[in-house]
Amino acid sequence: MISLQELDTIGEIPQEEYVLKCTSACAGCSDSLALRYVLKAAGPDTVLVVPACCTSVIQGIYPNTAFNIPVYNIAFAAAAACASGMSNAFRATGKKTNVIVYAGDGGTLDIGIQSMSGAFERGTDFLYICYDNEAYGNTGMQRSGATPMGARTTTTPTGKIDAKKDIDAIIAAHNPPYMATAAAAYPQDLFKKVQKALTFRGPSFIHVLAPCPPGWRFSTEKTVEIGKLAVKSGMWILYEREFGKLTINPQSKAAMKRPVPLEEYLAPQGRFKGIDAKTFETLRQHLVKNIKKLSAEEAEE
Amino acid sequence: MKKIATGNKAVAEAVKQIQPAVIAAYPITPQTEIVEQIAEFVSSGELKSRYIPVESEHSAMAACIGASITGVRTFTATSSHGLLYMHEMTNWAAGARLPVVMANVNRSIGPGWNIWAEHTDAMQERDTGWLQVYVSTVQEAYDTTLMAFRIAEHNDVLLPVMVNLDGFSLSHIMQPLDTVETGDFLPPMYLPHAIDPKNPAGYGGLTGPEQHFKFRWDIERSMRDSVKIIDETEKDFANRFGRKYGFTEDYQCDDADVVIVSMGTLGKEAEVAIDMLRREGVRAGSMRLRWLRPFPKLNLKGKEIVVIDRDYSFGFGGVLAKSIQAQQKTDVFSVIAGLGGQEVTYEDIADFIRKRRIGEEFWFGVNDHV
Amino acid sequence: MFEIRIHSRGGQGGVTAARLLALSAIHDGKYATACPFYGAERRGAPIVSFVRIDDNPIRIYSQIKKPDMVVVLDASVMDVVDVLNGLKKGGKVLINSAHPREFAGFSSSHADLTGIALRENLVVAGSPILNTPVLGALAKMGIISVDSAKKSIREMFTDERNVKAAETAYREMSA
Repeated sequence: MISLQELDTIGEIPQEEYVLKCTSACAGCSDSLALRYVLKAAGPDTVLVVPACCTSVIQGIYPNTAFNIPVYNIAFAAAAACASGMSNAFRATGKKTNVIVYAGDGGTLDIGIQSMSGAFERGTDFLYICYDNEAYGNTGMQRSGATPMGARTTTTPTGKIDAKKDIDAIIAAHNPPYMATAAAAYPQDLFKKVQKALTFRGPSFIHVLAPCPPGWRFSTEKTVEIGKLAVKSGMWILYEREFGKLTINPQSKAAMKRPVPLEEYLAPQGRFKGIDAKTFETLRQHLVKNIKKLSAEEAEE
Repeated sequence: MKKIATGNKAVAEAVKQIQPAVIAAYPITPQTEIVEQIAEFVSSGELKSRYIPVESEHSAMAACIGASITGVRTFTATSSHGLLYMHEMTNWAAGARLPVVMANVNRSIGPGWNIWAEHTDAMQERDTGWLQVYVSTVQEAYDTTLMAFRIAEHNDVLLPVMVNLDGFSLSHIMQPLDTVETGDFLPPMYLPHAIDPKNPAGYGGLTGPEQHFKFRWDIERSMRDSVKIIDETEKDFANRFGRKYGFTEDYQCDDADVVIVSMGTLGKEAEVAIDMLRREGVRAGSMRLRWLRPFPKLNLKGKEIVVIDRDYSFGFGGVLAKSIQAQQKTDVFSVIAGLGGQEVTYEDIADFIRKRRIGEEFWFGVNDHV
Repeated sequence: MFEIRIHSRGGQGGVTAARLLALSAIHDGKYATACPFYGAERRGAPIVSFVRIDDNPIRIYSQIKKPDMVVVLDASVMDVVDVLNGLKKGGKVLINSAHPREFAGFSSSHADLTGIALRENLVVAGSPILNTPVLGALAKMGIISVDSAKKSIREMFTDERNVKAAETAYREMSA
């Protein structure tokens, strides 16, 4: 098993590229940034199953494809079920090929939750990665279950009233052997977590925060900076849960002790512009509560 | 080997004979016995398939798609609401050119809840690119399921096949069943576009207006080519195992003045009605349509035509009646009967023929008189 | 064609009795179909099953309206169902009863199937199993042969007591 401490610099990540140049991604896209490291970690014997999401576009337009591994596109609600059939077929024929679902937050938290839950309950041998840009990005930023409270989208023009759905708690309730959070802004951490996830038999899950410049309304060069601020403010906590045992990443532990003020994370994002004090306070309290909850869980033996 | 089985069990027996690598299914009345029997075969080791007990029909078809694209055989079974729930994925399976085989136990659509036979479920799938066949006996359910795999997998076809059997009246009836050893009747499956990490490709990604129609046309071209493959397969099956079916099963049609066209178990029962009418001196015949897609060229020239639809397209008419009317360029007597398991006897069918009114539509049980 | 309608309650094995009867007729070299009229599966509800036996393949799927024979596995269904409805004139009635029952205009027979099942200890989940003893009675009435009845039971059940129950019914029934 790979320890998260073993790999320290980005230079140790393989040179092979599976996300080739000239994707159809927006400038500053963290979905494709994250995928680049996911595929480097998974290696060539991998099939990506992609439901309707930004990645359906990013891979290119027929007859071209920008990914150097097989990509199977499937309907919005069906990624985990499709992967479950594929994984079973590969295992039935003695193949060890990695089956990785790469789905957005809409395809995971909303329309795809049933098939995902089923696949996890059945112990499907696959890795499910949800890259979370906190809205339906591909269709022009409509709210999803992952949109945080207060964020403006095209369907929440004055800011979302409801809180972000806690998909990690839902996944945890399925007791997968391995689950983790990650962020596109921390590629080494993501790389290691993908490598680790693929060593487990059965279902594993990685929830990747993927800031979206046009959707979150920040300038394209700030993608990594915003992603880091999400972690440093404690709004996004990096951790992994192996057979139920929670380990919080050092980066997040540091952030929990001395968090960057939440304002610093929200201010550069146009989607939170004009957020009222009450909503801001609710978001902040939620952040504090989440830190407490995870710290308490980690402290438990 | 001679045995007795229900329609459902016959389908499961055929699947056991085929040994698909992956089966994904979700239970629904009146299909449940297929799923239960398959689960039993898998647990006893008689069936070496990986059986995925999915959480929905949508996922059943998605799992079959995911498995099939790796180049292995897959099977599922459903009915009614289950079929409608997987509708998005049935389209996907056909568009992805995957030879998935599915048994659909024909049942009506709610509300209200009704679990009995009707063809409306499968009719709503008729434009998806699936080949559709309707059977009328337990033996035929078994034989046709075997043939379905060979037809679907033929590289001139590569389209999914739906084997339809009437809920309860066929799914639950016990009839004699003669099982066979398929041997080389079914060649090893070869999927030319199987997914292969050594040869990476993108499947089903964005396809622009200058490309999409080509894929649609390609489905239609294969649908047309499938006519020959179905014919060849049915003939080879007859040569090897002695049972002949075809696109239609014609009974006393040659010299008939009037022919009644129907599908499924009603088509079998219609033969008894023909025997009655012949004794009365009426020159009537029965044509039981087996293959709905591809829709065969029917030999009905010069006959008066009565059509039983166990389905309806609201605001238009009985699907079979309208299709036949269009193909034959002539009016028919359209009977809507057997919806939601409505009891239709051979005596009723004889009456439809006796009291036919070409050019009109008659809802059995609704209209007072034929 | 010989048409039989079997009346029972959900859970009593009426459907299996129909299947065993059809299978026995097939073993006798005939064609047969067995078809239950299904509703939602409900324990205790009155149900009917249909068996057709003929020398030629059977092409009829509709319900039996004018049976040649009626089998009543549970006499209590007679309170709610007209079991004689449509029975052909002079048709046969077989009723599960310890005592003779007369049905005017019909050829009436009885067999104490419940008693036999209890004596053979053929009880599942508190209910006596009637579908195997009834085959013995049907064989005695000449509908099927004893050998085919026993063969069919053995194909569907591993417990030899089922065969014994059928034999007992055959022996004890006054045809």
